[in-house]
Amino acid sequence: MRRIFSVLVENRSGVLSKVAGLFSRRSFNIDSLAVGETDEKAVSLMTILSSGTEQTLEQIEKQLNKKLDVIKVKTFDEDKAISRELMLIKVKYNKGNRREIMEICEVMKAQIVDMSEHLMILQICDTPEKISLMISLLQQISIVEVARTGTLALQKCMEDS
Amino acid sequence: MNGADALVKCLEEEGVKYVFGYPGVAICPFYDAILNTDIKTILIRTEQNAAHSASGMARLTGRPGVCAVTSGPGATNLITGIATAFADSIPLVCITGQVNSELIGSDVFQEADITGAVESFVKYSYLVKDAADIPRIVKEAFYIANSGRKGPVLIDFPIDVQQQKIRNFSYPEEVKLRTYKPTVKGNTLQIKKIVKELEKAKRPLICAGGGVRLADAKEELRSLVEELQIPVVSTMMGIGVMATEHPLYFGMVGNNGFPWANRAMKEADLIMMVGARVADRAVNQPERVMKDTVLIHIDVDPAEIGKNAGATIPIVGDARHILKELSEYEIDGEYGDWLRSLESYKQEMPVVRKPDPKYVDPAEFIRRLSLKLQDNAIYVADVGQNQIWSCKYHVVRNGRFLTTGGMGTMGYSIPAAVGAKLARPDRQVVAVCGDGSFQMSMMELATMRQYDIPVKIIVLKNNYLGMVRQYQHFTYDDRYSVVDLSGSPELEHIAAAYDMKFMRIRDMKDLDKHLDELLAKDEAYLCECIVDPMDLV
Repeated sequence: MRRIFSVLVENRSGVLSKVAGLFSRRSFNIDSLAVGETDEKAVSLMTILSSGTEQTLEQIEKQLNKKLDVIKVKTFDEDKAISRELMLIKVKYNKGNRREIMEICEVMKAQIVDMSEHLMILQICDTPEKISLMISLLQQISIVEVARTGTLALQKCMEDS
Repeated sequence: MNGADALVKCLEEEGVKYVFGYPGVAICPFYDAILNTDIKTILIRTEQNAAHSASGMARLTGRPGVCAVTSGPGATNLITGIATAFADSIPLVCITGQVNSELIGSDVFQEADITGAVESFVKYSYLVKDAADIPRIVKEAFYIANSGRKGPVLIDFPIDVQQQKIRNFSYPEEVKLRTYKPTVKGNTLQIKKIVKELEKAKRPLICAGGGVRLADAKEELRSLVEELQIPVVSTMMGIGVMATEHPLYFGMVGNNGFPWANRAMKEADLIMMVGARVADRAVNQPERVMKDTVLIHIDVDPAEIGKNAGATIPIVGDARHILKELSEYEIDGEYGDWLRSLESYKQEMPVVRKPDPKYVDPAEFIRRLSLKLQDNAIYVADVGQNQIWSCKYHVVRNGRFLTTGGMGTMGYSIPAAVGAKLARPDRQVVAVCGDGSFQMSMMELATMRQYDIPVKIIVLKNNYLGMVRQYQHFTYDDRYSVVDLSGSPELEHIAAAYDMKFMRIRDMKDLDKHLDELLAKDEAYLCECIVDPMDLV
């Protein structure tokens, strides 16, 4: 089972290592992790994708709640969330494949954000599945390097939440 | 006033009477400032034992024990003591000196990333960056350590911050922590469910853990079970919560527990775990034991509920509040048959030992020792075979039984006994250890001598690391590896070196006479009992 943990934490030094350390210390998986400030400067949001048995996922939530730097833990299944990832991907191109790359960009709604004589950087912001698809499409051409943010997710809009 | 003065003032505000520790340059401002107060300092002989002594004191006072050591090796030596307190949920406030804050990260002399190193063994840790934060930090540290599920909190204190001048000192009245609000009161709906289940149950059993003691719920538990006539077993950490000879108490469960107590766990149709973790040594294969059982799990730490066994009725909160609230209900249950069958199991399943008369029989020795002790004596058991014998044969009345059940740290008993005796100088304090565990902490005889701390130390000597030897006996067919302690010192000479009285007991002859002599005066004593090296627990 996979679940998203949306963890509001105090924006203090060492918090990331405390939360990450909790996962390694108790053999919990981290499939993806993204951290950033929220609208409140003193508070950061960590979005953690984890997988395991129902009991493990429950323990993750409880153990996270025990950490004193953790303000609030929200958990939800992937289908209850809007998930996005941002990826920058540098590819090598030549006359022969430039057209093909641009077609991929068009289909995948990616943008070319930088370019030199032989290299270009593409930017895509989409669901984690689409990001993975983009990588596999470009693998057949020539990937130089990849940077992706990890999944960001918020629970879908429901008026009662 | 500087940061160190402020810290010391905070300790006074918290009512701290003793600080256990070991100085070094990085904590010197603190140890200088403490001279201006009435707080007594105890120079322990190795840092790990500072935490154990603070633990012994905390367990007797109900307030966090305090230790203070220097940076680097001082701090890292403390870790085992901190981890021990963490596993047993003992409240400590541990202060470590740290190098100058501007040098942190540059690997200067005696620098260690102690907050990083202890992260998984503390409830929380602080690195003080501004002396103005000290009152808030100390207030929070004491509150965090001693509330909810108790445990150690560490404050790392760079030397320049200790020396930093501060203008205004005011100790906060209360803490403001938006991320930490332990549940105290149990959910009433859940309590009502417990009442219903107890009325349906035919064979209910309460398993009391260390949490009952930590919540100070001993009286509430006793009056509830006496009212309802429910039998009680305990985990190792729960020993002493019920008087050993209470007719409703059936002893310790687990792989080292009594067979009838384990049988009770197997046959019960309702088990109420109170402040117990359902840990591996107490409940082997919990999913099997609990399959057809109504499991009520009362714990102050929500993460313990469902961690090792899925509870039918989980209830988070303070054991004292919950048991008190539970006792306000009229519960219509009749468990007389069940109690009678447990009584008969106890008769049918006697523990038969065949002690070799050439030696002291540790089981009988411990039983007779405990009967000679004062009613409210404090008995500290170390780790190893001695611990299991102590758990099974020590008779607790109104006293205390202290041991480390969670971490199982050898060498705990002597420093913990030192802390306990300082906390309760009016009570008899006995530390019982093996020859292995004794040698892990025998440097503390100097502490006892220096501060005149009259603890009785009993060494069950068998020239082996007995618990491991026993394991190798069963698992490796007597292929003994690294368990021979034959190079150990003559304890008589050790006692003489520290001006301690000494006695050696070789067998069970005249045991009462020896015990009377051992306990006659409130003075330190080292008592060596020669036990059968091949004995099994």
